[in-house]
Amino acid sequence: MNEISPLDQPVMMKIDKIVDESDGTKSFMFKHKLDYNPGQFIMVWLPGIDEKPFAVSYLGDDFFGITVLERGKYTKLLHKMGPGDQLGIRGPFGHGFSFPDNITDGKGSVCVIGGGCGMASVTVLIERLQNNNLTVLMGAATSTSLFFKNRYKDITLFTDDGSEGIKGYPTDILEDLHNKHRYDIMYTCGPEVMMSKVYEFCKKHDIQFEASLERYMKCGIGICGQCVCDGQMVCKDGPVFDLQALSNMNDFGKHSLLKSGKRVSLKEYADWKSC
Amino acid sequence: MSIPNLNTDLCGIKMSNPTILPSGFLGTSKSLLKRVAANGVGAATIKSVSFEAREGHKNPTVIPFEAGLLNAVGYSNPGAEETAREFANLKDVSIPVIASIIGTEPDDFVRVVDKLSQTEFSAIELPLSCPHTPGFGLLAGQGTPESTGQIVSAVRKASELPIFVKLSPNIPEIGNLAKAAENAGADAITAVNTLGPGMLINIEARKPILSFKVGGVSGQALRPVATRCVYDIYESVKIPIIGTGGVSTGRHAIEMIMAGATAVGVGTGIYERGIDIFRKICREMETWMSENNYNSVHEMIGIAHE
Repeated sequence: MNEISPLDQPVMMKIDKIVDESDGTKSFMFKHKLDYNPGQFIMVWLPGIDEKPFAVSYLGDDFFGITVLERGKYTKLLHKMGPGDQLGIRGPFGHGFSFPDNITDGKGSVCVIGGGCGMASVTVLIERLQNNNLTVLMGAATSTSLFFKNRYKDITLFTDDGSEGIKGYPTDILEDLHNKHRYDIMYTCGPEVMMSKVYEFCKKHDIQFEASLERYMKCGIGICGQCVCDGQMVCKDGPVFDLQALSNMNDFGKHSLLKSGKRVSLKEYADWKSC
Repeated sequence: MSIPNLNTDLCGIKMSNPTILPSGFLGTSKSLLKRVAANGVGAATIKSVSFEAREGHKNPTVIPFEAGLLNAVGYSNPGAEETAREFANLKDVSIPVIASIIGTEPDDFVRVVDKLSQTEFSAIELPLSCPHTPGFGLLAGQGTPESTGQIVSAVRKASELPIFVKLSPNIPEIGNLAKAAENAGADAITAVNTLGPGMLINIEARKPILSFKVGGVSGQALRPVATRCVYDIYESVKIPIIGTGGVSTGRHAIEMIMAGATAVGVGTGIYERGIDIFRKICREMETWMSENNYNSVHEMIGIAHE
């Protein structure tokens, strides 16, 4: 018989408290120890409704939290829940961010770029990098969709419409920042179009790069093939991939798969996800 | 002693070894087929394709338990046209590739076969045995000798390719069903599909875990049942058998072959031992065969019956 770890199947956990982060975004906190590496994900089950992957956005010795934007039926139901209500958690799964030798022990210069909901996937990473020369950039569509902006004392904000922070995208100022800080590595999670711009920048300047990808997932354990991206299973081989792996993934920045497995443009995929 | 020869001939399809990736595991894209090929699989089956696209069941769709997996994915697939596009130029994949085709009525299967007619699949598999998707397999009554015979006959007229018929382990007289498939023109039997359906309930949530509530049982829990099914079918038909169900080691594979299998499906084992399980199984088979003086897979097929 195989040893089955308790978190291979969903474990029901009580919501300890709920934090309003921004317009339509809430964090759900659980008093539970979780053995989690930044960049990994957990599957969150609403019994009888659906199950979806989330990054862990808060992590302490005896608690963790996820941050959820209200978007479809599942997230609307999640947003109606209160402290004491239970959710099923399994995981963590996948391969998270790595910490190359040249940035360990506070050495080295690091840039972390979060876009939109992707910011929730890099917070635990940012906390691990507090001893490094660290730049944190965060972009969102508009002021009210920025969250975690007060969580870090040093964060540069961008909005598409200029309603807060710098008008434009974090990728607009990478050249200037790199000239000043000479980054050893850039980490990112956000819209794939943004991530592929950071990828191109890192490739050109020979900077190490890791990105966390998002794909519709089913099994979460690397056997069904639903989240495939050019031979890589995003749920198991990823969701974090480095520059070298991404250079062999032609779908990166271009295509994703719908729930049926149909391969479509990232735009069509984003339109489907938002409904 | 020389290294035993694992070469396998399945209905004229040449394989470097008897392991096959069953439908529903990783077979969603050509890129993943190339990856399993690089990990030593002998042949691979694509994820089952219907004429129209299907989204399948909601999550959770696959849940591990202590003796395997319970799944109710619900035949999500992008439809026949998109599948034909994804799997064009199959010669890029260095191994034989099998198209798994699903439908409700015999004509539905034929429409998919027609859509795939310009592709280079090596065989067609008909899983007439899914236990958890309304309109297909057992839930459409396809597991009877009559219905199986009708579907196989229809596909037989539409295609020159070898036809594999995948049977359910639930059928009590499985040899008779295999015989009906053989009489209708099937070239091989895949034995077996998942068992059940089964159910896992989370007792704190007081609810079944799978969104479809029930799902097919695969892995270790299924293996002795699958081995017995292969044994029974071997006594009933002359066509080759692909033994599938819980195989995760070389010893398991040899056990299936001794029961009567020509080739061996390996799916749930990927979860247990990783994507390189195919190479591991082949090495383990070679070691055992060397130690026991077998030179080829062929010498071991069905020898448990002697």
